[in-house]
Amino acid sequence: MNKRDWKRYGKLFTSTFLLSAFTFGGGYVIVSLMKERFVDKLGWLEKQEMLDLTAIAQSAPGPIAVNAAILLGYRVGGPLGALVAILGTILPPFLILSVVSLFYAAFKTNRIIAAVLRGMQAGVAAVIASVVLDMAGDIVRKRKILPVLLMVIAFALAVLAKKLNVVWILLGCAAAGIASALWSNRRGGDGV
Amino acid sequence: MIYLQLFWSFFQIGLLSFGGGYAALPLIREQVVEQHHWLTMAEFSDLITISQMTPGPIAINSATFVGIQIAGTWGAVVSTLGCVIPSCAVVSLLAFLYYRYRTLSVLQGALYGIRPAVVALIASAGLTLLIQAWWPGGFAWNAPDAVAVVLFAGALLVLRRWKPDPVLVMLGCGVIGGAVYLLLG
Repeated sequence: MNKRDWKRYGKLFTSTFLLSAFTFGGGYVIVSLMKERFVDKLGWLEKQEMLDLTAIAQSAPGPIAVNAAILLGYRVGGPLGALVAILGTILPPFLILSVVSLFYAAFKTNRIIAAVLRGMQAGVAAVIASVVLDMAGDIVRKRKILPVLLMVIAFALAVLAKKLNVVWILLGCAAAGIASALWSNRRGGDGV
Repeated sequence: MIYLQLFWSFFQIGLLSFGGGYAALPLIREQVVEQHHWLTMAEFSDLITISQMTPGPIAINSATFVGIQIAGTWGAVVSTLGCVIPSCAVVSLLAFLYYRYRTLSVLQGALYGIRPAVVALIASAGLTLLIQAWWPGGFAWNAPDAVAVVLFAGALLVLRRWKPDPVLVMLGCGVIGGAVYLLLG
């Protein structure tokens, strides 16, 4: 392994470690941050591929953040990359929870920690909003009806039908996409 | 053998929790509270509070927390491993299929439909978070928390305008917001 490879693995580790260490609020937050860093900043993969990997991470069991890290790591550096990305992702919660579980009575009632975490929440929401603006903008700009329609329906279902497992939303949209591909193939159209 | 028990419990949690995050909660409760009595219900709800206050997936957080309480550092290690291994296997299989077949028109069609749905799911997660930040006591038809609104608007402006590292923006919000909340008491 040469020096450039080491640098790449190092970057992969620090990136996933930092993202995991500062990601409050669940899997989609870290996916948004991964898109910012790996697609926009580092240019290691395409926006579309990131969305596909997110769908895979969501469809597999286990934490979305870990699944996404495995996929990203593998894509960037093969099996070793996947291992590096997993470590980077699970080490921060592992270390933090180890410390917290020793002092958890004090931690739960600390006013400063509570205030900082409350402030960060607004920042995290802003990061997600920014990522959504980018990605939804891409979809709307292509001026095709089906993707926009699917996006609106999926959003409405995700917000209103909280009990509905999101895997069903993904499967439904996949079926709609397949139907439209077959339909345009049959008419010899321009495909999807 | 306690290590094996921990490993197997969290292996099941990792394997069966689809949908991430809170979808895993009932499974964790079943294994940790009901079946093995590793935590009481009160300790379990403390664990959820802590998970909400700290970064990281709730399944990994509970694996570490329960592992340490029951069998020390090595307990935490085997629990976390158990939780992650099923993901590795299933995700690798799906990724293999994706890279192998993504040029097929059926899979192309499926992905064409799935991409907008993923954007929608991210948006809905963002909305949940925004509501939590603006209305800390739960959504109601009253004025949102002014500090959170200003922080959100400021952070979004900075992100769109200068495209800084998002981690810095979140930390900045934590420091500024934290100071303001403390001053306001």
